[in-house]
Amino acid sequence: MDQITPLLILALPLCMFLFLGLAGNKMSHKMAGILGTLGMGVTLILAYSTAFTYFFSGNPDFIDAAGNRLQSVIFDFTWLEFTENLVIKLGFLLDPISAMMLVVITTISFMVHLYSLGYMHGEKGFQRYYAFLSLFSFSMLGLVVATNIFQMYIFWELVGASSYLLIGFYYTKPSAVSASKKAFIVTRFADLGFLIGILILSFFTETFNFIDMTSAPENVLASTGGATFMGASVLTWALVLIFMGGMGKSAMMPLHIWLPDAMEGPTPVSALIHAATMVVAGVYLVARMFPVYLMEEAALTIVTVVGALTALYAAIVACTQVDIKRVLAFSTISQIAFMMVALGVARPEIHEGVGYMASMFHLFTHAMFKALLFLGAGALIHAVHSNDYTAMGGLRKYMPITHITFLIGCLAIAGIPPFAGFFSKDEILVAAFENNMLWGLWMTAVAGLTAFYMFRLYYRIFWWNTPDYEKHGHVPHDAPWTMTLPLIILATVSIVAGFIPFGELVTWNREAYHIHLNWTVATTSVLVAVVAILIATVMYRKENAISDKIANSVKGLWTAAYNRFYFDELYIFITHKIIFNLVSRPIAWFDRHIIDGTMDMFATMAHKASGAIKGLQSGSIQTYVLVYLLGALLLGVVTVVCVML
Amino acid sequence: MDITLMYYLIPSLVMFCCGVYGFITRKNMIAILISLELMLNAVDINFVVFNRFLFPGQLEGMFFTLFAIAIAAAETALAIAIIINIFRVAKNIDVRDLTKMKF
Amino acid sequence: MFENILIYFVVIPLVMLGGLALCKNIKQIRAVAVVGSLALVGLSIALLLGYLEQRAAGATAEMLYVDSWSWFAPLNINLAVGVDGISVAMLLLSAIILLTGSFASWKIEPLPKEFFLWLILLSIGVFGFFISIDLFTMFMFYEVALIPMYLLIGVWGSGNKNYSAMKLTLMLMGGSAFLMLGLIGIYYHSAPEGGQLTWNIIEIAQNNAIEKDWQYFLFPMTFVGFGVLGAMFPFHTWSPDGHASAPTAVSMLHAGVLMKLGGYGCFRVAIYLMPEAANELAWIFLILTGISVVYGAFSACVQTDLKYINAYSSVSHCGLVLFAILMLNTTAMTGAIMQMLSHGLMTALFFALIGMIYGRTHTRDIRMMGGLMKIMPFLAVCYVIAGMASLGLPGLSGFVAEMTIFIGSFQHTDMFHRVFTIVACCSIVITAVYILRVVGKLLFGPVQDKHHLELTDATWWERLSTITLIVCVAAIGCFPNFFNDLIKFTFSPEIFTVLGIN
Repeated sequence: MDQITPLLILALPLCMFLFLGLAGNKMSHKMAGILGTLGMGVTLILAYSTAFTYFFSGNPDFIDAAGNRLQSVIFDFTWLEFTENLVIKLGFLLDPISAMMLVVITTISFMVHLYSLGYMHGEKGFQRYYAFLSLFSFSMLGLVVATNIFQMYIFWELVGASSYLLIGFYYTKPSAVSASKKAFIVTRFADLGFLIGILILSFFTETFNFIDMTSAPENVLASTGGATFMGASVLTWALVLIFMGGMGKSAMMPLHIWLPDAMEGPTPVSALIHAATMVVAGVYLVARMFPVYLMEEAALTIVTVVGALTALYAAIVACTQVDIKRVLAFSTISQIAFMMVALGVARPEIHEGVGYMASMFHLFTHAMFKALLFLGAGALIHAVHSNDYTAMGGLRKYMPITHITFLIGCLAIAGIPPFAGFFSKDEILVAAFENNMLWGLWMTAVAGLTAFYMFRLYYRIFWWNTPDYEKHGHVPHDAPWTMTLPLIILATVSIVAGFIPFGELVTWNREAYHIHLNWTVATTSVLVAVVAILIATVMYRKENAISDKIANSVKGLWTAAYNRFYFDELYIFITHKIIFNLVSRPIAWFDRHIIDGTMDMFATMAHKASGAIKGLQSGSIQTYVLVYLLGALLLGVVTVVCVML
Repeated sequence: MDITLMYYLIPSLVMFCCGVYGFITRKNMIAILISLELMLNAVDINFVVFNRFLFPGQLEGMFFTLFAIAIAAAETALAIAIIINIFRVAKNIDVRDLTKMKF
Repeated sequence: MFENILIYFVVIPLVMLGGLALCKNIKQIRAVAVVGSLALVGLSIALLLGYLEQRAAGATAEMLYVDSWSWFAPLNINLAVGVDGISVAMLLLSAIILLTGSFASWKIEPLPKEFFLWLILLSIGVFGFFISIDLFTMFMFYEVALIPMYLLIGVWGSGNKNYSAMKLTLMLMGGSAFLMLGLIGIYYHSAPEGGQLTWNIIEIAQNNAIEKDWQYFLFPMTFVGFGVLGAMFPFHTWSPDGHASAPTAVSMLHAGVLMKLGGYGCFRVAIYLMPEAANELAWIFLILTGISVVYGAFSACVQTDLKYINAYSSVSHCGLVLFAILMLNTTAMTGAIMQMLSHGLMTALFFALIGMIYGRTHTRDIRMMGGLMKIMPFLAVCYVIAGMASLGLPGLSGFVAEMTIFIGSFQHTDMFHRVFTIVACCSIVITAVYILRVVGKLLFGPVQDKHHLELTDATWWERLSTITLIVCVAAIGCFPNFFNDLIKFTFSPEIFTVLGIN
């Protein structure tokens, strides 16, 4: 395969970022938006063609005679050489998951570019917005095609920074500023774990290269020589620390707190970064390193447990939120946790590692329907000028296109056949059941909750009762075509994506196999989802007091969930009370008063000492003479005495 | 009665001691100057007398005294000039008060 | 004498001093400063190219452009010059910062002529220090660089300037006293088997001359002596006060270049000449510098004065330089030099921007300002870029340097080094905290003071100054391998075997 196309996939968004960033202010809003969208469009075409070539061309670089797909490094140039073995290269690795991610990223990114033409119309800093979007697309694409773990870390940081810039897009709004700060610092903290993990892993394996590590994971294990630290093997430590990086980016509990706040950013940004692409980077990281994770059962167990806890937690919280973007944010956290669990329970011996495939499948379908839901939410917010569903209701009559597409999104996420979410979620549940009954039941319950809170949201927005919109002076209506077109496209994808034969494209060892539905699991999960939807219908279809009653009956739980189980308060306590007041301030005080005080004390002592003896040097000659005479006298006396003795 | 060396040396010693005492205790600059002159003249007397009694054939002591007197005159003139100037500036020639240039 | 290119690093500033003496108005002064520093930048680029050419042609000596002229024969003191990759990089850094510093003091008041005279005198010291390989000459230039600082802060400073100037000078002089003892000690033990005593670094290093017993005594002397200038804990307190009071260009030059004299000296003298002692005593200083790194970062979190924040951040970053040097392996030491370059450029950028903001708002208290992004977008964007470089965003210089240091440090197999590496790694999170705190308070959010609304954005000379620095920061960040190769040659294994380090 030629190197130009992959290079262009990365270079185009970067050039667009530099161009719009530097020259954006010189051009009109429209011009900048169209340029950015066109650039992304071209990238989309290139990425599609690359993915298509990879999967279907039959090129011997990409598929061997036995039908196994291969990992192919298109280019890889040296960026920084630490030692002979530890070299950071920037390259382009094409394999099933990176090809799939190329498609996901460019699709969603292009949709968001297009959508933003309408949504961000007339916003100040429109050019800046498109520049940041391009920067993000560049970083994210660089992340997924990384050939080595350090390249991934580089782009990992870059997506973090572009996410920071986009969350804080409305920089005059204090809440947006603090949300962006929080997002950056929390993920940075997680990245510290990632970095230390890389340090440990690279020290033992003497390589950053993914292919070297994953093609012979037993060598990775062997290279550690069975070293242990605090009871766990060094490899477990490294993998868990790397997973910590993934927890930060993918908003796994307890590092999830930044994601709900990140909704302060413009809604299309939430759709792109905080729903479809960046937040799944953690899943992608674990998937990338999966063969190495297989070497350490403990690490995979931690992945599973963290994922399962997060899934349940986020689903419960999502049932209580009133801000529609926050509901979607918690739903995102929960769904990403599904993917994590799928990876955690995946074992090669269970159905050819179905969990891995399911995780990637769910990543793909989730990206589509979650972006759809977010963009739909953006259209609603655009029409109603509020994030709260209490300001909405009965909107199905006013915004038919948004209504239908949003409903499709809800059905997809709830796992109703034949929508996309059904197929991917089903595979995850199969993997969970096969691994351990407990995880299977647990995740089925969470799937039920998912259906419930999504339809709760759906009914509150589109049914319930209709507020008097005329009174506020404007009647909500469907958005312009730039906004509805992406909705329709994504809705279509959400309907059909489930029929993609994912098992033949993306598997953990890149061997194709047929997926087949496990009818028991499928029926159970659909039944649970339908029951949950029915409950939601009863509670929220028309305005009634059932939900309040239920909330009151479990008041403690409800309040706790509404306040997100006080995680934010805990973090504020840790950062403000402990880090600032118990660490930073005392250190600053210590520096000023003890360290600096000591230095000043030396100076003061010198000053005092000179003050004490300066009286001797009075300048009064009369005193000098007196002292001189007395001295002479004394000397004389002493001499005389000495002589006499 | 024979005028011996002692007859000169005792008054000169008294003069010198007066000078030293005055120099140490006086606060008025003119008085200090006078004390200084007293000491100087006491020394002059000694020079002359020692020359006269001990080395009658030589004149070094005499010459030294002449030099000392000349220098003392110049020095007195200079000192008086300084004192007058100080008085003009500070309206005072008490050494205890003239601490402006200290430290 | 004048056929050696290195000597021009001292000659050009001397000519500039002469030119300044003749200047009659501010325009001429600016012209002299800009033309002179441009000439220095050109000279250092020429030197870089020449150096690379010689290396490419296969020159394997440790130092190139070596020359020596005697100036005090009885004590064998020479003006000996020579450069390796590190000095070339440092010379380029100094020239760039001098140039941008000149732009940053475009409107210096009062006494512009005297200001530039002292500034250029200071730069003579800096350039002389980097080209010297004779310990005595090196020390002389070191002092030449330190003394003008007193006047520059005392006369042109702001705030509590007398106190700060005095403190800075006295503390650095205290360091010099140690250093001088150390250097004289090195001189008297430079020829243990008898023969001519020497101040020449290369000769001492090649003979590995100094006896081990003496190394234990001289290594701490020289390391602490230079460490004071490198802001090593607990001798760093001159830095916050000094930087806070200094005028913009002086802060830039001081944090950007002068503090690097400390790191460079620690490497070139303390470790280069006394490797055995360094190997065995490193742990003491590793603890101190490890503390510096985290301690500086935590202190910066609660400061409210922009310059204090930056000064403490310098303590943290320069701590990392010494920390990495003490790791005594090629990768970490390369990282240390990269960090010097990176920190030099980035902190100069910070101080330049702070100076420009202070020049407009007349306050450096972040609580008094807000929403500057709306008022002066250019400066604000530059500030964000500087902040990103400081917290180690890939593509800018900080990331490259820090990662090289961490990877290098982690190559040690014992627990002590690893734990300290991880502690140092933690600084990347704390750095993010204080940088984003400032960016959030200062640049974003609502405008705090209505009077600020009328302020103007950067002028052309300010833009020139900041853009130059940003381009350099990005150049290191995007093409690190060029600098890596340039520096690494110095630490090539042969030299380390000679020095007795693995």
